[in-house]
Amino acid sequence: MNLAVATAPGVAAPAPILAATGLSARYGHVQALHPLDIRIGEGELVAVLGPNGAGKSTLLRALMGLVSNAGEVRFRDAPLPRQDVVAVASRGIVLVPEGRGIFGPMSVADNLELGAYRLRDKSEFARRRERVLTLFPRLKERLGQMAGSMSGGEQQMLAIGRALMAGPKVLLLDEPSLGLAPRVTDEILETLGLLNREGLAIVLVEQKAPLALKLAARVYLLSLGRIVAELDPRDITSHDDLAQHYLS
Amino acid sequence: MTISPSITSPDRRRLRLVGLLPWLFAGAVVGYAILVGGYAATVVSFALIYAVFVTGLNLFMGFAAQVSFGQNAFAAIGGYVSAVLTASHGWSPLPAMALGMTAAVLAAAIIGFPTLRLKGHYLAMGTLAIGLIAYEITVEWQSVTQGYMGISGIPPLSLAGYEVSSDRGQLVMLALVVAGGAFAAARIRRSRFGRALSAVAGSEEAAQALGIDVARYKLMAFLLSAGFAALAGSLFVHVVGFVSPEVFGLHMVIVTFTMLYVGGIGTVAGPLIGALIVSLLPETFRAFKDYQDLAYGAALILLLIYAPRGLASLFSTRGRS
Repeated sequence: MNLAVATAPGVAAPAPILAATGLSARYGHVQALHPLDIRIGEGELVAVLGPNGAGKSTLLRALMGLVSNAGEVRFRDAPLPRQDVVAVASRGIVLVPEGRGIFGPMSVADNLELGAYRLRDKSEFARRRERVLTLFPRLKERLGQMAGSMSGGEQQMLAIGRALMAGPKVLLLDEPSLGLAPRVTDEILETLGLLNREGLAIVLVEQKAPLALKLAARVYLLSLGRIVAELDPRDITSHDDLAQHYLS
Repeated sequence: MTISPSITSPDRRRLRLVGLLPWLFAGAVVGYAILVGGYAATVVSFALIYAVFVTGLNLFMGFAAQVSFGQNAFAAIGGYVSAVLTASHGWSPLPAMALGMTAAVLAAAIIGFPTLRLKGHYLAMGTLAIGLIAYEITVEWQSVTQGYMGISGIPPLSLAGYEVSSDRGQLVMLALVVAGGAFAAARIRRSRFGRALSAVAGSEEAAQALGIDVARYKLMAFLLSAGFAALAGSLFVHVVGFVSPEVFGLHMVIVTFTMLYVGGIGTVAGPLIGALIVSLLPETFRAFKDYQDLAYGAALILLLIYAPRGLASLFSTRGRS
């Protein structure tokens, strides 16, 4: 069955903050991502859905330059260096990796501080920290605690908080709901929604489609390393719609 | 509802006192050796020289969680530069030591640049090769190193015209150097650089994604580590007055790894405690005669069972709250 890539109709497309053309990625000889185009608008929350092994994480890693990749990625119309993670990160593209990647043996405060590693401005640092602790009050209670000793939900909050300390322009989130209780997931997604409404562009990779659909303005559907559809979440009214795309 | 545990100030004070215990132990051992002198002073002197080396090893292996089986190469460079320049060319020890350290750090930069791209087992194998190559050079380059014969007649260190040649004088000097090294390690641990190293140790990928230049920090830790190794190598030749290839051979790698793990990898006090314990243990079992090695081995195994993260971690105040 051949499924044409459908463009979401009726959505006024904002100017892209991040646009990849012909982006592909490989692990050794394995082509994990076939050349694809993806665009994230200013202030847009884009969800990337797809089954296990579709290449969702690889897509985020390719955008960051964490995996050997080819193609062009433009950030606010300037080309991003492709194999230089530090350069990408310092432009304000910040990844919250799958499994959170927090530094377990370090304190919560130190983890947050590392998020703003490239920031030298003390007052801006204090401002960002205050903001993170307001967004995630639970972190405030645990500043001196070892990050690895917190619950999964708190660790995810820390991972996001640490990313926010970097002052991101685009936030890339790899399965923030992984292994979390539904109530905690809701809390975290609510915060992401809030950040997005304030104008932060977000790319959200999720396996749990319904969660992502609630927040996203646009959805890319990934399968076997290719984009198989671009959808407007409002057009997806039932699970069957989505299942059809997954299975095709 | 989550309630953060509140720590009352007496608890805090007790924790801080517990953190001081390793230092008190080390101070007591060094103090005893200074008082008694003789053989005890010799054993503790070697332990302190090893402590300098292991403090450097800990920066690279503990703080940055990398592996190097080849730091003995940099000790060899420091030691031989000191030995050759002072014994054969009449330099005074301090400039020779400084040049040896510089040479070792330069060598580390040249070696580290390509080598540090390796990870895990490959980095271990690559660095092991560095140590073996350095050993072969010290054996074969006879016109300079005099091969297995070694170089003798190396003068002791002298500071401002005062020659540190007595056992006790050397002990005091070494204790000061070790204290300086430990202080530097503690400062590094709390610095921006130290936090970056912890991040590299935690997850290179996550560190990179935060904009931390992982390759650069790994190289910096490697260079610092090489500097400490060269200092230890140079101290050794000036304290003993003699150097031969075996001094910086594979045995040194094994002994210093044991010290690092017994003392507590990644801690500030660990290298010193490990160096002292691993040097003193065989001595305390001397009465066992034929069974000395057996008792020593058993003691090491017991240490690793009951203090798997090293002796210093037993007194750690981190992560207890």
